Amino acid sequence: MTFDYAFILSTLPAFLRAVGVTLEVGLIAIVTSLLVALVNATILVFRTPYLQRLVGLYVELARNTPLLIQLFFVYFALPALGIKVSGFAAAIITMTFLGGAYLTEVLRAGVDAVPQAQLESGRSIGLSNGQLLRYVILPQAGILSLPSLFANFIFLLKETTVVSAVAVPEILYTTKSYIALYYKTYEMLAVLTLICVLLFLPLSLLLSRLERRLQHGQFGS
Amino acid sequence: MSALIEFQGFNKFFGEHQVLNEVELSVESGEVIVILGPSGCGKSTLLRCLNGLESAHSGHLRFAGRELLDKGTDWREVRQQIGMVFQSYHLFPHMSVIDNLLLGPLKVQKRERREATAQAEALLERVGLADKRDAFPRQLSGGQQQRIAIIRSLCMNPQVMLFDEVTAALDPEMVKEVLQVIQGLARDGMTLLIVTHEMAFARAVADRIVFMDAGRIVEQNTPETFFTNPQTARAQQFLEKFSFVEALPKKAPTKELHLS
Amino acid sequence: MASSGLELLWVSLPQLGKGAAQTLSISFLSIAFSTVGGVLYGVLRTLGNRWLDGVLRVYLELFRAIPVLVWLYLLFFGLPIFFGLSLPSFWCAVLVLSLWGASEVGEVVRGALHSLPRGQREAGLSIGLDGPQLYGYVLLPQALRRMTPPTINVYTRIIKTSSLAVLIGVVDVIKVGQQIIERTYESVLIYGALFLFFFFICYPLSAASRVLERRWTQA
Repeated sequence: MTFDYAFILSTLPAFLRAVGVTLEVGLIAIVTSLLVALVNATILVFRTPYLQRLVGLYVELARNTPLLIQLFFVYFALPALGIKVSGFAAAIITMTFLGGAYLTEVLRAGVDAVPQAQLESGRSIGLSNGQLLRYVILPQAGILSLPSLFANFIFLLKETTVVSAVAVPEILYTTKSYIALYYKTYEMLAVLTLICVLLFLPLSLLLSRLERRLQHGQFGS
Repeated sequence: MSALIEFQGFNKFFGEHQVLNEVELSVESGEVIVILGPSGCGKSTLLRCLNGLESAHSGHLRFAGRELLDKGTDWREVRQQIGMVFQSYHLFPHMSVIDNLLLGPLKVQKRERREATAQAEALLERVGLADKRDAFPRQLSGGQQQRIAIIRSLCMNPQVMLFDEVTAALDPEMVKEVLQVIQGLARDGMTLLIVTHEMAFARAVADRIVFMDAGRIVEQNTPETFFTNPQTARAQQFLEKFSFVEALPKKAPTKELHLS
Repeated sequence: MASSGLELLWVSLPQLGKGAAQTLSISFLSIAFSTVGGVLYGVLRTLGNRWLDGVLRVYLELFRAIPVLVWLYLLFFGLPIFFGLSLPSFWCAVLVLSLWGASEVGEVVRGALHSLPRGQREAGLSIGLDGPQLYGYVLLPQALRRMTPPTINVYTRIIKTSSLAVLIGVVDVIKVGQQIIERTYESVLIYGALFLFFFFICYPLSAASRVLERRWTQA
């Protein structure tokens, strides 16, 4: 089994671009998910009656269905209703939908972990809702949620491989394309594996260290 | 006649830190040894080396003539002869009291259920907890759980019993019931090694006091000699700390407030 | 032929049923293997053997670093080349999901065993229990409660991830749905139905996991 190194080298530019796309999709999804989650978390903290239920419903729908189905729905079904989206847009929309739900849960757990007494004592010294959120709740919830948040960010980054199904030119799609075009399966799979290990393994190890540093035995979350 | 238990030139390290330093100790069959010493002196570790929960670095440890530090030692077998009771009792919370007691005899010693149950129930009777036979540990008080922990070990019919600060985690009013059980065992002639902070108890039940400090045995004596006439400076300092409370001067009566 | 709407769904049920059977078979098999593998992993990693722990750690990190979909392709394209084995995509999916699932369940089991007080292990050893007895009678029964809700969550993720099998050619419920769409163009209906299919399987599991967690953390 010989390795066609020359071929691999020729594909490197394409793969570098693919890594760029992976990071692009991943990072945008992380940011948008976080925004969605912050909005949801605020609703949950202040227990707005009607909206709270809506957030709950959204979280359940997003968390109990596969990303692939959500993706296919947005990319293939929405055009039938007149809404046409590109693969890239569909990817961002769905990943925000999914990621937003996961991150909402993380923030909710973080907020729940802040004792009610903190809210009360904050109110009793006259803090407004906004100040309460900014100075009392978010800092405490934030530290607690950090490992979980980071874990979910890594998850979102890895899930970008799924959007290869709607022709977004990230690393998996690029690999498949080259295999289909040149039949250099062995070489392409090796490159893909290497990229995954180089990209995701350090993040995973970083997460382990973060968890250990923050000493959190929060079991199960 | 050689001793039942012999530590010779016994050394143990936790990383760089030496916790046991050239320990020499002989225990005869039927003796009650109480090990005293400040925190971190290695007394618990010594006990835990005896039933294999900790390993040694060098030296000899003989039990009933056998060298325990050999590679081929079957610790499972040794642990049936040397029972141990822990500070936090560690009963199995998912099993009833009787199941806790029968687990060892039935599964390890493969004894007949009827015989093992009879022994377990007799022991429950002896410590006054016969009515708790089917209760679960979380329904029992600390003192009750500790007494059950003791008889759980006794059900294995050991030759030696090790007690590692078994009253330290108990509320004061429950200490007596546990100490009474241990006293009963001493009276029956069982070989006991006890680590404790209960000085009065140590004085009452021990055949010999072993005083340790920084991993070494500093002094060994009969209780009377040790408590009234400690030979070494370290022992004197140690005992002084314990008599501090009794030696406090009484508070002078306060004057009443005169309100004009 | 059938028109549109619910009537179409009704008529397509047999086909969709076959596809669903594939999806669910992959899921159930993977769940079963993951559970067995996971308990094994969890126990082996808490034994204290450094070498074993290291090997299992490498296995874990491999399945964490490389996304499941990539693993699917690696096995699907790679097995024929590396080992001359041609595994049907159904079994490729089961293999990948089982190995990945086992690592996830395994971490849950390991965490649960690790969270037990160390004294339980010592108390068990002190009455002479050997390894299998210690785990079988003392440690695993106690860990069971802590393990179950997170493990159910892993099961839910296995079911959702099994949807990726369609991408390596398994004729599962999604593939069947796509075939129907090709004929009838009812994409909203079919994808909507698929969405609800997965939702009504996964939601009860999630809810059950939450109920159990609440009930058992009060014990």
